[in-house]
Amino acid sequence: MRAPHQLLATAIVTVTLAGVASPIAAGEIAADQRRSGYDLMSHETQAMQDDDASNPGMLSVLDGDALWHLKAGMADKACADCHGEASTSMKGIAARYPAFDAERGRALDLTQRINLCRSERQNTTSLPYESKELLALSAYVARQSRGLPITDPATDERLRAAIDAGRQTFNRRQGQLNLACAQCHDDNWDKQLAGNSVTQGQVTGYPLYRLEWQGIGSLQRRMRNCMIGMRAQPFDYGAPEFVDLELFMKWRSRGLRIETPAVRP
Amino acid sequence: MARVLVSVPAKAGRGEIIAIKALISHHMETGFRHSTTGELIPRDIITSFVCRYNGEEIFRAELFPATAANPFISFYTRATESGTIMFEWAGDNGFSATEQAAISVE
Amino acid sequence: MSGDLPSATRRRILKAVAALTVGAGAVQIIRPTGATPAAMQAAIRTVVGENQINRGKVTLDIPPLVENGNTVACSVAVDSPMTAADYVRAIHIFNEKNPQPNVIGVHLGPRAGRAKVSTRIRLADTQRVIAIAELSDGSFWSDSVDVVITLGACLEDS
Repeated sequence: MRAPHQLLATAIVTVTLAGVASPIAAGEIAADQRRSGYDLMSHETQAMQDDDASNPGMLSVLDGDALWHLKAGMADKACADCHGEASTSMKGIAARYPAFDAERGRALDLTQRINLCRSERQNTTSLPYESKELLALSAYVARQSRGLPITDPATDERLRAAIDAGRQTFNRRQGQLNLACAQCHDDNWDKQLAGNSVTQGQVTGYPLYRLEWQGIGSLQRRMRNCMIGMRAQPFDYGAPEFVDLELFMKWRSRGLRIETPAVRP
Repeated sequence: MARVLVSVPAKAGRGEIIAIKALISHHMETGFRHSTTGELIPRDIITSFVCRYNGEEIFRAELFPATAANPFISFYTRATESGTIMFEWAGDNGFSATEQAAISVE
Repeated sequence: MSGDLPSATRRRILKAVAALTVGAGAVQIIRPTGATPAAMQAAIRTVVGENQINRGKVTLDIPPLVENGNTVACSVAVDSPMTAADYVRAIHIFNEKNPQPNVIGVHLGPRAGRAKVSTRIRLADTQRVIAIAELSDGSFWSDSVDVVITLGACLEDS
């Protein structure tokens, strides 16, 4: 049986051959056709997400709850000491992140904001990207926005340049397969690739529990997977390109409801 | 201790059949995978799960590498009396975790 | 004490294991990778002994087409009144293509009220999965499902 990446290459050769010389057409998905990856999953996987008592992502949310209340650093403060109960103070936050930080003059994503709070307010070390603790805190914070619609980041003018940069990345062909994100996620969603539905790449559920990972992971991990699958050089964790890309993807997903912690195949 | 999440109805009628769910964080390393340098990664799994209702065993499971990571089990029992439902997991490398939930039965 | 096997069953199982041992000198070859349908049958016989396995009473619920073999929702229900006189003692699940044939073994008693258990399992490849229930009267019943496993695209490749 051929290795998965060979199957992937074979499966999309026809897609790429067709467009090898031409630039990508802006094949944006119509507003009423936008679907979360949830709608494209099997009933069993949906059931796993729907029940908080059996959603494996909730284990990480519970870890986040514990960390939220844990005093840390030289300041000996917990998140809760400044922010109180997350169910109140963090409601709506994940729905409007990445957000513009006036002090730094650029957009910050949620993990960067959490780490800034740790270094500047709690006087402690940053949490490494994709660490269990950082995932737990971001899952816990994002969970407080579950059910809320994603804010359109373009309503903040200061974010428009970053959104455009993200749009360019999304539409740019890259890697050995000369493939752009848009070709799968705008033009070929709901077709199958190596046995799974190609989703629209909506970012409603992060951090999410991916069955393939058998654990929870961030949007950046998922995008790195995609870039590696495309045989492109993946951005490093925490790269500014990822913040721009996330902003564009939040723009794409504007109005769709947060599902964190989602479950995906 | 590993993170656990159990679900037991807080209240039930006497004799009512209730659903119990138990979820625990554990990588369930199968013992069949190899590292990138070719060495076998040793098995590290939860091997048993026991549930007791006021001390009496009501459910027991033997787990194998074929159980998915972050093991989830759901099963049923009759709500006989008020008390405590105790959950106990044990596994390789001395792994041990416990949890309990109270149930009120009228 | 409610988990102990009644002595009649224990005798049957010991006889079956003895037969395997005396016969070839090797009891059960544990394959480090790649179980076979034969290994699954051997694992089943370890539990069932010489008894007949009847079809019926058991419903094994696994999606026939699975998105990811790492985590497959799997549920077994057995049609039984679950009274002290007539109940399901154990449910075992086996597979034929994972590195080893056992999936899970579950022990119940009449207190269970309902003989139904749900869990999440790993399936390495397209294969048959078998659930076997042992009733309090010593009889064995089974159900099986043929599951197709597809791989996810854009695998991590770490």
